[in-house]
Amino acid sequence: MSADHEDILGAAAEWRRDGRGVALATVVTTWGSSPRPVGSQLVVDEAGAMLGSVSGGCIEGAVVSEAIEVIGDGKPRVLDFGVTNEQAWEVGLACGGKIQVFVEKVA
Amino acid sequence: MLESLIADRAAHRAVVLATELDTGRQWLVAAGTASAGTPGDVAVAARDALAIDDSRAVDLAGGRVFLHVHSPPLRMIVIGAVHITQALAPMATLAGYQVTVVDPRGAFATSERFPGITVSDDWPDDALEALAPDSRTAVVTLTHDPKLDDAALAVALRTEAFYIGSLGSAKNHRARTERIARLGFDEAAIARIHGPVGLAIGARSPAEIAIAILAQVIEARRRPARAGGAEGRAA
Repeated sequence: MSADHEDILGAAAEWRRDGRGVALATVVTTWGSSPRPVGSQLVVDEAGAMLGSVSGGCIEGAVVSEAIEVIGDGKPRVLDFGVTNEQAWEVGLACGGKIQVFVEKVA
Repeated sequence: MLESLIADRAAHRAVVLATELDTGRQWLVAAGTASAGTPGDVAVAARDALAIDDSRAVDLAGGRVFLHVHSPPLRMIVIGAVHITQALAPMATLAGYQVTVVDPRGAFATSERFPGITVSDDWPDDALEALAPDSRTAVVTLTHDPKLDDAALAVALRTEAFYIGSLGSAKNHRARTERIARLGFDEAAIARIHGPVGLAIGARSPAEIAIAILAQVIEARRRPARAGGAEGRAA
């Protein structure tokens, strides 16, 4: 589950030590085919720099802009992405799957 | 919480980070310990997830909780700092394995030949005893030299290593299994050795053979029921 070569958590801690505002996005649920498994993570800073992934690149842009808001207000949130979920998100997954991403500010 | 989690990972301790999705409240749960104030049902569910190494979201009394299993890193121990190993070590590193290359022959296991990879010039059996392969460790022997490879296999077969592979032709592999049998290992133990090593993809160059080996290691981890011990034909 945590065999990612990139050390996402290490980067999150390092960015915090540098005084940057940091958020962590984690895939918490998937339905159907999805490009990255549950537990995959993306770390984002306040300027939009990112490391890791929560999809094959389809939703990272949307996650980054939400993450910057989370860094601003400190409130964690759950984001739903999928081709069938039209009212909430314009961004879809080309693979036809659905995923749920939890975004939290790193203290 | 993050620093604590990073410390657990660095110490190779398996731990679950439980996050209440509505509130963002978090607890760290290990086999024998849990953060102060961890709800009982969260601790139970977290240890269930830990036991099967499977991260997931669950609905509990306090709401939806994401259980993120952080298992110790996968490891690969390669006996023989040979040409194939120069391709295999960086490939396995990219695939998420902590790689250690063992070769007591001084000129082979050098940091010039293996930049960024942990190398050891201990004898294979001593090195393997010290590294103590567990169920998240793959052991691959590539020296072609029975006195090095066999010593490593005799140690590896007494561990829970999820993959054991050994370079050599089908003929060499038969001779090897006879030698290993004389050391007192039964058929079931010997069947754990993948030899000839690697998936049968017609690999020829050192890098191609490295890919065949890494693919077989991945299959052994992800689809253990399909990964037969004697099906490889790569080398």
